[in-house]
This record gives sequence, structure tokens and C-alpha cells, in this order.
Amino acid sequence: MNTTEVIRAENLTKIFKTRESEIVALKNINLSVKDGEFLCIVGPSGCGKTTLLRIFAGLEKQTLGKVYLRVKNTEKPLTAMVFQGDSVFPWMKVTENVEYGLRMRGVPTRERREIALKYLKLMGLEKFAGYYPHQLSGGMKQRINVARAFASDPEILLMDEPFGALDEQNRLILQQELLRIWEGSGKTTVFITHSIDEALLLGDRIIVMTAQPGRIKAILEVGMARPRDMLSIKSSPPFVQLYREIWELLREEVLKARDIKLKK
Amino acid sequence: MNAVEEKPNRIIKREEISEGASKSLQRRAFLFQILSFLSPLLLLLLWEILARLNAIDVRLFSSPSRIFAALVPLVSSGELLYHTLVSAWRILLGFIVGAVPGVLLGLSMGLFPPVKALLQPLVAVTFPIPKLAVMPLILIIFGLGESSKVFTIAIGVFYLVLINTMAGVLNIDTIYMDVARSFGASRVQFYTTVALPGALPMIFAGLKLGMGTALLLIVAAELSAARAGVGWMIWRAYDMFDIEKMFCALIVLAFLGYIFSYVLDFVEKVVIPWKNR
Ligand SMILES: Nc1ncnc2c1ncn2[C@@H]1O[C@H](COP(=O)(O)OP(=O)(O)OP(=O)(O)O)[C@@H](O)[C@H]1O
Ligand SMILES: [Mg+2]
Repeated sequence: MNTTEVIRAENLTKIFKTRESEIVALKNINLSVKDGEFLCIVGPSGCGKTTLLRIFAGLEKQTLGKVYLRVKNTEKPLTAMVFQGDSVFPWMKVTENVEYGLRMRGVPTRERREIALKYLKLMGLEKFAGYYPHQLSGGMKQRINVARAFASDPEILLMDEPFGALDEQNRLILQQELLRIWEGSGKTTVFITHSIDEALLLGDRIIVMTAQPGRIKAILEVGMARPRDMLSIKSSPPFVQLYREIWELLREEVLKARDIKLKK
Repeated sequence: MNAVEEKPNRIIKREEISEGASKSLQRRAFLFQILSFLSPLLLLLLWEILARLNAIDVRLFSSPSRIFAALVPLVSSGELLYHTLVSAWRILLGFIVGAVPGVLLGLSMGLFPPVKALLQPLVAVTFPIPKLAVMPLILIIFGLGESSKVFTIAIGVFYLVLINTMAGVLNIDTIYMDVARSFGASRVQFYTTVALPGALPMIFAGLKLGMGTALLLIVAAELSAARAGVGWMIWRAYDMFDIEKMFCALIVLAFLGYIFSYVLDFVEKVVIPWKNR
């Protein structure tokens, strides 16, 4: 693993064995994530994106292959994950949810309260600090999910379609916020999305995955200058060019994925 | 032939809540309250009338006025309160002695497959044994004192709480376990932040079931070798053929059950404020 790499996967394969069948979720994945990089992953539904992220987070074990992660700072947690579904603890108030990672690390109450409030403000949720999740909307809960990962201040952020369940307006605002935070912190980020726009706005590189079994179909460099914002990049020639390229790649795979499903 | 002709362009109006409608809803709610208040009174009245008319044998079924007449001295002498407190105390102790290990073991069985593999068969085999059938054994082991009564109740509560707690833990959505794991929760932290709160609703379901069993068992436990308690009162009244006293004790049991379930509901609201009601 060379010194600029933070994550490295070699010949990574994940097979889910169930009683009736074997699902090859990931096949021969080779990739490296550089220090401070923002890596986006797109691919058809069911191609193994979540599985890949879970392996990075240590929540799942690969069947074959090697995965390395570099620990640079032992004070900080190595990874924090924004989960795809609703993963906010219903039995904790909003602040307690956001503080969760800090509490697990033994950060004193007052300090972690402050940090939690800071991220709640970023998410536009400070008014709801004392609420229980069942009193919030689905989009608000998703923002708590994001705030919780940010607040724990990990070395590597793993985000699984964090804005997927959000309305367009909040998504635009949060994408911009995420960029601002990321540009400030230089945190290595792996970001799964199904939106090509989002991948192009955020990513340094974009990985396109194939339909099941998930393999890497292409890796594209997004050379566009930072800071970026949606309004100005959307009409720029490189954006249009890359968008078309990724869409062509994805369209093939989505059609293939539908084919697989239809055959079953 | 289909007689109903499909009318095009029909407009359906969705009505707003009208002042009158909400008023009449309130009136109805009030009416229902009166009804549910009246029904026991009517029953008592009917009972009394039947007794006065000698339509029922008052030596067996007594009558509300006779029961009331028996109740007054029992209350004023403090006798009834004494027996009530003795039973309530036994129930409370038995409840705690049964529920605490029930919760702890239930959590462990839910969280650790080896513990479950080890204990599940034991639980499955011993749970169906009627607790009353074990009472003589308990009497022999624990003697005739307080502990045998407490222990009888504890056993009944223990199983219900254990089984419900385990089910509660097993039903916690795995995503919450993933969250805890991904944020580096230690084993103890996992217990306190995920397993316990996640299982709480089911634990309370178990406690409520246990309450019913406890009332059942207290009467049986006080049958033998007791010198006080509501159950003892019933058996004493049985020996003396004192039907009125028996009814007084039954009233106390109903009252105890009501109070305990009220307290449990209250504690549940305090402990599980996040439950969507
Ligand atoms: N625990 C599991 N047991 C069995 N199969 C699983 C399990 N988790 C995932 N899979 C299978 O692995 C494949 C990849 O799943 P994964 O969740 O990684 O997809 P994804 O790319 O994140 O999809 P989406 O975009 O819809 O979220 C799917 O076919 C899924 O059925
Ligand atoms: Mg997914």
C-alpha cells in the first residue's frame, strides 16, 4: 500500500450463501482511495455498493481478497458510516442520536453536546434537538443520520446514498454544505449515489459498477475545478461530456440488471 | 341489466370538520363515559333486586348490601388494609425477584447465541410446568415463611419476562446493531444503548403478563401455610363459609390488579417516552 493510499482493495469478492442459492455480490474489485479524496460510486441497484461500503466499515467480511485501511490518527475513529435506510435510534432524542459516536468514544457530555448542536445547525435541525425521531419526517431523520456521522469526526467518511431520501431543495443545500465541510477538512470520503449530477458535483473520481455480480466497469476522473457549485458546473462542457459518458455506461448495466431480474 | 347508470362529471365534496359534528362527537364520548360508568351500577342493582326477591340464594351469592355491610367493619378495623398490604408486599417482592433475573437472562439469551443454545432447551422444558404444581416443592425447600410465597410469584413472573425480553432483543432491527458496531460501541455500551432500550416495549409486555400471573399465584400461595394476605382471607372465609368476606377479598384483588396495571402503565410511559402512541 503506497503512502498516498488510505483504502486499498485487492481482488475483493463477496459471495452471499443462502440455503437455495449463492449471490455473487462483488467480484474481483481492485481499487484504492487516496488520502483526502472524494470518491463517488454509481451502479445499478443491487450491484453491491452497500456491500462494498459495509466491508470497508468492518460490518461485513469479504469472501476473498484483501482490504487495507490506513490509520493515521489513533485519536479519531477510523470510519463512520451514513446508512442507506432509516437508522436513527427511535429511543434517543435527536441530540443523543447525533452525539452517539462521540459518546461511544467517551467524549465528555458538555463537549459532545456542543459538537452535536453545531452539526444540527448545519442540517437545519437545531429546533428539533429535544424531539424524538417519531416526531420528525423521513427527510429530517436522514439528515440526523448524516449529522451523526459528521459529528463523530472519522478519518474516513462512508456515505451510502445519504441524500437519496431528501427533497430536491434540501438535497441541493446539503450537497453544498457537504462540499464546504469536506473542502475544509480534507476528509477521505467514499460516497454512494444513484444521481450522476451528484457524483459529478462532489467527486474527484467516479467509479461505475456493473450489474450483479458487481465489478468495476470504469473509473473516471472528474477534472473540474473546485470549489464547485451545481449552478455553474451543470452547463459547463466537461460536465455535459462526463454526464453523457457515465449515463452510457450505466444505461447498459441498468438494462442488464433488469434483464437478470426479468429472467428470474 | 345494470340499472345504475354511470354519471360523468359527478363532483364529490369532502366535508370539512364542522362545528356541529365535533360537538356531537364530544356528546357521544360523554354518553359513552356515562354508559361505562352505569353498567357496573346497573349490574349491582340487578343483583340486589334479585337477592331481595329471593330469586337467587343469598347464602351462596350474597348481595351488594350484605357485602357492603361486611366491608365497613373490615375496613374500619384496618384488617382489610393489613391483609392487602401483606399481599401487595409479597407480590412486589416476587415481582422484583422474578423480573430482574428475567430481564438479565433474556437480554443475554437474545444477544449471545451460545447462551441461548445453552438455556433455551431448559426454558422450553420447564416453562410449561404449571407453577402451581411446583408449589409443594417450593414449600419443602423454602419452608413455610415469606420466602416460599415470594418465590412462587417470582417463578411465574420470571418466565414471562425472560421469554418476552429475549423476543424483544431478537426483534431489534439489525441496522441498529450495525450502527452501534460501526461507532465502536463496547459490549456494555451496546447493552445500555441498543439492546435494553430496544427490548423495553417487549419487556413491559412481559411485565404486564407477569402481573396477571402474580395475582393468580398469590391466592394459591397464601392457601397453604400463611397467616395473612388476601388469598389467605379467601381461604379462611371458605373454611368459615363467610361468603361476604370472600367477596370483600375479591374486591381487593380486583383493586390490586387495577392499581398494579395502572402503575405499570405509568412507569412504561416514563421509561419509554419515545413510543409512538
Ligand atoms: N445479508 C445478505 N444476504 C444475502 N444476500 C445479500 C445480503 N446483503 C446483500 N445481499 C445481496 O447482495 C447484492 C448486493 O446488495 P447491495 O445491498 O450491496 O446492493 P446495492 O448496490 O447497495 O443496491 P441499492 O442501490 O439498491 O442499494 C444484492 O443482490 C443483495 O440481494
Ligand atoms: Mg445499497
